[in-house]
Amino acid sequence: MTLLIAVLSGFVLAPMAPVVHRALGRHAGWAIALLPASLAALFLALASRGGGAVAESHAWMPGLGADLDLRLDGLSLLMATLIAGIGAAIFVYAGGYLAGHRHLGRIYAYLLMFMASMLGVVLADNLIVLFVFWELTSISSYLLIGFEHADAKARKSALQALLVTGLGGLAILAGALMLGSAAGDMRISNLSLHRETIREHALYAPIVLLLVFGAFTKSAQFPFHFWLPSAMAAPTPVSAYLHSSTMVKAGIYLLARLTPALGESELWNGLLTWFGAATMLVGAWLAFRQTVLKLILAYSTVSALGTIVMALGVGTTYAVEAAIVFLLAHAFYKGALFMVAGAIDHETGEKDVTALGELRRSMPLLAGASALAALSMAGVPPMVGFIAKELAIKSLLPDTDLGREGYALAAMFVASAALGVAVALRVGFAPFFGATRETKREAHEPGLSLLLGPGVLALLGLGAAVAPGALATPLVEPAASAALGAQAHPHVALWHGWNLALALSAAAVVLGVVLFRAQWAIVGAGGAASRALDAIGPSRVYEHVLAAVLGIADAQTRALQSGSLRRYAFITFGVIVLAVAATFALRTPLERLPDFGDARPYEIGLVFLILIGAWFTAVARNRLAAIAGLGLVGYGIAIIFVLFGAPDLALTQVCIETLAVVLLVLVFYMLPDFRTFSTRAQKARDLLVALAGGAAMAGLVLVVADHRPDMTVSDFYATNSLPRAYGRNVVNVILVDFRALDTLGEIVVLVVAAVGVYALMKLDPTTREGAPTPAGKGGEG
Amino acid sequence: MKLLLALLVGGLFAAGIYLIVRRSIVKLIMGLILLSHGANLLIFASGGLVRAQAPLVEAGSLAPEPPHADPVPQALILTAIVIGFGVVAFMMVLVSRAYMAVGTDDTEEFTGTDH
Repeated sequence: MTLLIAVLSGFVLAPMAPVVHRALGRHAGWAIALLPASLAALFLALASRGGGAVAESHAWMPGLGADLDLRLDGLSLLMATLIAGIGAAIFVYAGGYLAGHRHLGRIYAYLLMFMASMLGVVLADNLIVLFVFWELTSISSYLLIGFEHADAKARKSALQALLVTGLGGLAILAGALMLGSAAGDMRISNLSLHRETIREHALYAPIVLLLVFGAFTKSAQFPFHFWLPSAMAAPTPVSAYLHSSTMVKAGIYLLARLTPALGESELWNGLLTWFGAATMLVGAWLAFRQTVLKLILAYSTVSALGTIVMALGVGTTYAVEAAIVFLLAHAFYKGALFMVAGAIDHETGEKDVTALGELRRSMPLLAGASALAALSMAGVPPMVGFIAKELAIKSLLPDTDLGREGYALAAMFVASAALGVAVALRVGFAPFFGATRETKREAHEPGLSLLLGPGVLALLGLGAAVAPGALATPLVEPAASAALGAQAHPHVALWHGWNLALALSAAAVVLGVVLFRAQWAIVGAGGAASRALDAIGPSRVYEHVLAAVLGIADAQTRALQSGSLRRYAFITFGVIVLAVAATFALRTPLERLPDFGDARPYEIGLVFLILIGAWFTAVARNRLAAIAGLGLVGYGIAIIFVLFGAPDLALTQVCIETLAVVLLVLVFYMLPDFRTFSTRAQKARDLLVALAGGAAMAGLVLVVADHRPDMTVSDFYATNSLPRAYGRNVVNVILVDFRALDTLGEIVVLVVAAVGVYALMKLDPTTREGAPTPAGKGGEG
Repeated sequence: MKLLLALLVGGLFAAGIYLIVRRSIVKLIMGLILLSHGANLLIFASGGLVRAQAPLVEAGSLAPEPPHADPVPQALILTAIVIGFGVVAFMMVLVSRAYMAVGTDDTEEFTGTDH
């Protein structure tokens, strides 16, 4: 039960968050933060109890093989602790950042929903459950990005994120179902037991492609990275939470989770390694080019995510350990830097790094947190970012077990790390040092709620490296073991001895400082080419695809939903005629021409009479003649019912027909007489359509009258009518006894129609004040 | 016999469709009425055609004497006739109100009430 409660508590509290906000005002953030804080403590306590993974299973949809399986193992523990722990900081931060915002309560609710969904993703041990929570994170992310919904850009960005990650979600669903059927097991923790079966399965390649695609969209891998910078339209607490430390790591989590089952194949490793490496480099360059604080951080997040994916792709013990350490380090420093950026924006009103400088005098504490986080990002000791970078380089160097391509990857890594150093200096140091700049608002130290989050995360980045035994190793070791499917011994320590990795790491820092000094010159030189690439970049592709889809929808709607009643009728009848005709052509060879057979002369006469009535109605030039024709048809059909053993139908038909004729005469009295609207050619065309429809239906009668339906139901009613329902009229017994509920439904329909008639009679749109708006009445007409 | 019924259903549908695609909204209603007659008969035919044997249980017996008409299509049609009347009644009132609001009985001009 524990894990289920942990996952669901966020969903339960979410709708109450606005109430909490109203009751506690500006302290609400602190109060709500108690939930994630206690969840983080709970996860750590569960893990420290030892004895392997905590698992539980609840029946959910057993017919589909989807049980609510939850499992807390090493990898889940790392993710869940980050989600809940950073979540606690975010709630406090959001309370300060959005203080006084009209919809602050709402954002608490969305954040809680998101947190619970995210916990569901990392704790799910069933592919279907994972998919459901995965989609929930996309939906709550949509709500959070579009939080400022009055802003068109926010709406557009939210939709973009939803479409991209939603498309990935569909791929995940398809991949998960295929994977489940290939393995014969929906339980994720069992998948690695079937790894040989999965590997040999014909669907292995599609499974990998679909799941990797889904993970790439979520974790903003090239070429799907473009939604992440757009998502910066969200308020900063959201960016700090979803788009740096948690949601974007869901894709990475999935890849790490499935590595034991799907990994170690050329396809898997190749996809992850090279797409990851490309993302790492592209993201680093795009971040280097930016001047808006949040965008710099967004692109550098893309770069970091690429690094982790690349390391998972390399797939050696060393590389996977590096990926996990990198994930932890990145969550700390990027969460902190986002919150710093938000605090700067909050206190000074500036978003652009070029407009900021010398803020350390006015906000020394924030400057300290920022500097620590930036050091970790730059990979400088004694920060955990340094350890992550060391491990990453080491795993790429060929003296481990990677071949020649390791050099290429290591070169790419060092290049992007150098860009990362420059970016870290730009966002973490530049705003606080250098020349004083005039800011929109006079800068001063932000309050405790804005300082706490970045401060704690920055210090954690330091603590994880200085005292790895306290937090880093207990989180990283089981996580890496789970991702490897074997015991890992990550060497989380600052000093690894004099080696090539240390030299390269140092080189990256030095190169980064140089790049930082020359940043605007380089961007100016490379900017034109880079901008030219933007024109054909993936975000343009997205826009074109979106425009094309909307265009098709538009054209189709214009063609089908023309607003012309006659066109609708033509389309409907056309489809019916074609469908019936096609079925005839394919399925029913007409063996012999049917004849009138045993038809008696008076029957022929009757049918002839009804047809004349129908003809008369169709061509009548005045209303009364048409009504007379209709009456002839109705009464004639009643006689047919009499002749063929349906006296009840005949009775009903006569009553209804009489009522209908009276009503028609009454109502038509208020309407104008017939006019001629159509030309002769139009009438000929309509006649053709009508005759085709009639012919199709006539053919249908010929077929169904030959076909003997299954009589089980009819015989049941006939034989049980008297013994069980004590009625001699089988048709009546069916209506009032066997199918009495259906008849009740029918009566309800009639009552609704009667109420509608009454309401319409009372409504006089021409004279009444406050009558329905034209639009409303247009809808009715 | 079935050819006769086929002709009847076909004729009703043809007349119904022809009326539905007219521009006069009154003819539209009449077309719907003819169409529902045709549909009822189509269901009726699907039960097989048995002359003069209603599904009634004679005194002294427990079930209707075979061959009798299939009671299930009859129950369906009975419902359809009544519901059809409800729909037609509602439509007639709606149309007369719409005529007052829009000021025309031409469906091609039913684009709004603000003109």
